[in-house]
Amino acid sequence: MNFEAVKAIYLFEMARMRRTLLQSVVSPVLTTSLYFIVFGTAIGSRIEQIDGISYGAFITPGLIMLTLLTQCIANGSIGIYFPKFTGTIYEILSAPVAMTEILLGYVGAAASKGLIIGLIILGTASFFVDISIAHPVMMVVFLVLTAITFSLAGFIIGIWAKNFEQLNIMPMLVVPPLTFLGGSFYSIDMLPPFWQTVSHFNPVLYLVSGFRWSFYEIADVNPVISLAMIGLFLVICLSLVAWIFRTGYRLRN
Amino acid sequence: MAPIVSIRNLTKVYGNGFQALKGVDLEIEEGEILALLGPNGAGKTTLISIVCGLVNPSGGQVLVGGNDVVKDFRKTRAMIGLVPQELTTDQFETVWNTVTFSRGVHGKKADPARIEAVLKDLSLWEKRNNTLRELSGGMKRRVLIAKALAHDPRILFLDEPTAGVDVTLRREMWQVVEKLRQDGVTIILTTHYIEEAEEIADRVGVISGGELLLVEAKAALMKKLGRKELRLELTEPMTALPEALGAYNVSLAENGGALIYEYQGEGEQGRIAMLLGALTAQGIEFRDLSTRQSSLEDIFVELVEKKA
Repeated sequence: MNFEAVKAIYLFEMARMRRTLLQSVVSPVLTTSLYFIVFGTAIGSRIEQIDGISYGAFITPGLIMLTLLTQCIANGSIGIYFPKFTGTIYEILSAPVAMTEILLGYVGAAASKGLIIGLIILGTASFFVDISIAHPVMMVVFLVLTAITFSLAGFIIGIWAKNFEQLNIMPMLVVPPLTFLGGSFYSIDMLPPFWQTVSHFNPVLYLVSGFRWSFYEIADVNPVISLAMIGLFLVICLSLVAWIFRTGYRLRN
Repeated sequence: MAPIVSIRNLTKVYGNGFQALKGVDLEIEEGEILALLGPNGAGKTTLISIVCGLVNPSGGQVLVGGNDVVKDFRKTRAMIGLVPQELTTDQFETVWNTVTFSRGVHGKKADPARIEAVLKDLSLWEKRNNTLRELSGGMKRRVLIAKALAHDPRILFLDEPTAGVDVTLRREMWQVVEKLRQDGVTIILTTHYIEEAEEIADRVGVISGGELLLVEAKAALMKKLGRKELRLELTEPMTALPEALGAYNVSLAENGGALIYEYQGEGEQGRIAMLLGALTAQGIEFRDLSTRQSSLEDIFVELVEKKA
């Protein structure tokens, strides 16, 4: 294992976050604060409690997930896409590093950034609403597994993307609808039966539901199933990455 | 001594069906400077890319220090430094950070003293805190060399190191290469500039159409293939060559004002005396004479044209 290389890539990526602090940290915190002001305080004050939880508190786990998914995919993809775009990838590909080490460096950094931002948002949320965490260990498990899985998904997108438009498709066009329709802002019990069924095909439902359960012990789906689904997404992403590494897809061809 | 790089029957076919390399064999000795000459699209960069691990080979084998570049990539890549053709840099990074990163990614522990020495050797020390976008093209190329040297490689690949570089900087690059050779680094460079190969290489390889047409010690190559030309400025112009000169490979130039004798560099010196004797016998006088040896460029053009 080339630990020096993993460290070099990881620190290089984290340095990029420090350099773009405004864009990396301040922007998601500001956006989330706006959500709390609009949905939590302004509109939320007129919405009755859901399962005994104030609306502002109810949407907190979903908002953290929304940011975590977007940030992990964005960071995971830009981390590997940018060297491809500028050409500096030559150095990593000609260095004595295995693809798993490249993966650890980039995905580790993207997941770390996602987690840092997720925790900052949790801190921000606590200024607006009362938050209680029933299962802190499981909360961290959900958070970490989701961060790793979606940073991996970002890495795959970064390798697949041939231009900036393709790079932005997932975080801009796919993640927001899935999160909004995945029970971030409501319990799917509120939906008509048909749409409840449709919602079960939305992977984000399982992430948000499981994560919310770790806070308030309320869930749209059994938390064990949520955990199993995250595990399944992780396995799918790892399989795709393994295939990319085996074939050299868009890296060494 | 075993060669430091050994390439056997190397082939590469890209996904679009283009065959970039058609069975290349090449051995590179430790400590030498090898120049690979070839027109655009000849396969130079593909060859380098396979040795460095950037491109997967389609067939054949490459050994570096006796290790296979695919199976033992950790050992081979740790021995190699690569300076790419394009000025690809992290524009927003500082010189210091980007060179330090290069050392780390090659698995070497951080060593600020070593980085300092590399930067000083390349006259980059004053610029260490500048971001790369603030540097000129020539400075950026130095940074790429510094990055390639940060992990103390035994072999350095320079892909078109002086493309688009002005004459002064090109001379400086050659000095850098010479210093590296003195330190025992094996250097393989690709170039369009024949004078570059002529100036600094020990051996020259010519690639065209994915094939290695020849590899020779530069001096031997010039001697073997270098055609010589003896030029005689005649006192009186001639309209036609006298029959007595038919045995020699001579021709008239400048409307009969000069006589050109072409001969091979080796084994024909004796014939010059005979030619001059024949001229005297014919009463042909000349007021000046000069000889010229064909350059590497002439040899190169001839080889590539023959191939085409």
